[in-house]
Amino acid sequence: MHQAAVKLRKDFMQQPWGLWWIQAVRLTRIEVRRNLFSWKATWIYFLAFIPTFIILIHLLIDKHLPSSMSEDTVILAGIVQFYYIRLGIFFGCLGIFSRLIRGEMIERSLHFYLLSPVRREVLLLAKFAAGSISALLLFCTAMLADFTLMYAAFGAAGRDYVYNGPGLGQLHAYLLIIALACLGYGAVFLLLSMMFRNPIPAAMLVLGWEAINPVLPSLLQKLSVASYLRPLMPVNVPAEGIFALLTVQTEPVPGWIAVLGLLALIALVLFYSCYRIRTLEIRYTTE
Amino acid sequence: MSERNDQIIFEDVSKFYGEVLGVNRISLTIPPGITTMVGPNGSGKTTLMNLMTGLVQPSSGHISVMGLSAGDATEFFRNVGYCTQFDFFPRGLTGWQFLLDSLLLHGMSRNDAFRLSLEAIERVQLGDAAGRKIAGYSKGMRQKIRLAQAIAHHPRVLVLDEPLNGLDPMARAESIALFEELGRQGMHLIISSHILDEVDRISDRVVLITGGYLIAQGNIHQVRQEVRDKPMQVLIRCDHPGLLASRMFAVNHCVEARVHSDGKGVFLRTGDVDQFYSMLNGIAAEGLVKIEAVAPADDDANAIYQYLIGSDGSAS
Repeated sequence: MHQAAVKLRKDFMQQPWGLWWIQAVRLTRIEVRRNLFSWKATWIYFLAFIPTFIILIHLLIDKHLPSSMSEDTVILAGIVQFYYIRLGIFFGCLGIFSRLIRGEMIERSLHFYLLSPVRREVLLLAKFAAGSISALLLFCTAMLADFTLMYAAFGAAGRDYVYNGPGLGQLHAYLLIIALACLGYGAVFLLLSMMFRNPIPAAMLVLGWEAINPVLPSLLQKLSVASYLRPLMPVNVPAEGIFALLTVQTEPVPGWIAVLGLLALIALVLFYSCYRIRTLEIRYTTE
Repeated sequence: MSERNDQIIFEDVSKFYGEVLGVNRISLTIPPGITTMVGPNGSGKTTLMNLMTGLVQPSSGHISVMGLSAGDATEFFRNVGYCTQFDFFPRGLTGWQFLLDSLLLHGMSRNDAFRLSLEAIERVQLGDAAGRKIAGYSKGMRQKIRLAQAIAHHPRVLVLDEPLNGLDPMARAESIALFEELGRQGMHLIISSHILDEVDRISDRVVLITGGYLIAQGNIHQVRQEVRDKPMQVLIRCDHPGLLASRMFAVNHCVEARVHSDGKGVFLRTGDVDQFYSMLNGIAAEGLVKIEAVAPADDDANAIYQYLIGSDGSAS
């Protein structure tokens, strides 16, 4: 038993970790460049910054009395919970992460990566990292801009709310939610894009699954990205009717459990994706 | 180095795409040198190459390339370069960026990647076009940049799927000269091509495949010898081709005699090569005909392809 552990450790240490790291960094750089600087990414910029644009108009047109700050705080929470998590990040990640493997199969250029001296697992994880960096850059920047514009309109009262009140804490929570949403949906869509020639129908099923998740049994609720994000929301959004489904917490859990739970789910999905890419075949004629 | 580490070995390899046969029970050993894969469209040449490089997985059997498996990508693709038939590239790149990115993925330094890119571009004679976007390349230029990418890291094995497609005659001649040079340097070259006359000149051996089945393999002359049911054609350069033709045609094994268009030789087709040469020696000894040269006229890949596979692509 001890000898087996020593051998395992020796094998582990003998792996070319340095080379894999260099390859992963270079691959990530190439992929981030392709994700962010192409015309095809325009609609993802649109998805990320449309609330920013609306908040900017609100800043320029509407009057901002200090009494309406709490209303705007709820609106911002609603934007995160209803728009970013359910639509913006969901579809943005669908676009970014399904392009990484399936998109390259459709463009018939994936074989160049599979013919390079890079382990397929390294390739997959680097692509996931690139997708995550791209999504995080876009959506976290958009969130920062939304937050800044929302409270800038209130002048000194807004600054006081941010620096001396709960503002900064809320911003941190939103950024954490957005980061986790990008990673969670990213991992799911990367896997779906390897499993299905057209991942969009499967993504629509995921969208439905995420929506009805709160009314599902406890075990099934753990197979949802949004269910881990709900407990992290710093502001409760009052919602009625069908919208209550998107905000309700049927099984409240501490924040750190929600974070660890989602990270474990992401790790599981990536582990299975690594297994799938080992046997991935290039058969462009069937794409 | 053990022999196994110097060969490409297919052991009872089959590949099925669902219910469609790709290749069936292929056992093949390819030693160093230049090997041409010959077969009609859909015969399984590309499948064999994709299997060799791990782009598709065998349904059964085992493949080893110089003792390596494509599963160990890091080591495998340092030793293997594959110029595929897929005429697509990552979007938005110049030829130069494409090469540099490929080499950087090997983990080498920027300086080394730069140097090898430059060398590869010179070798395929792409010139200034390397600085332009690949999207604006002609088919021949795209073929060249793919070839440059496959050879840039100095692999030991180079797999080329239809590498002469889209090239003009001058570029084809340059490519063939490059293949010859790489072969001389000890590289393993596996080439599939429909332009048999040109690759035939440089091939050390041929692998004939049709319908997913291996028909024949080996040294091109040996393969021809094995096709015993097909009469062999020989060109004899001599001073009296008409007289030689009449003498040879008088014997049973000679089934066809045709004087060469320049009148200085005769094509003879014989079913018994041993008898044929014995008779020819006799005629030469008599001194009636002065024989200048004797050469097989149909032991090239093209002729063997026609004999074994048939012009319609079906194995005969």
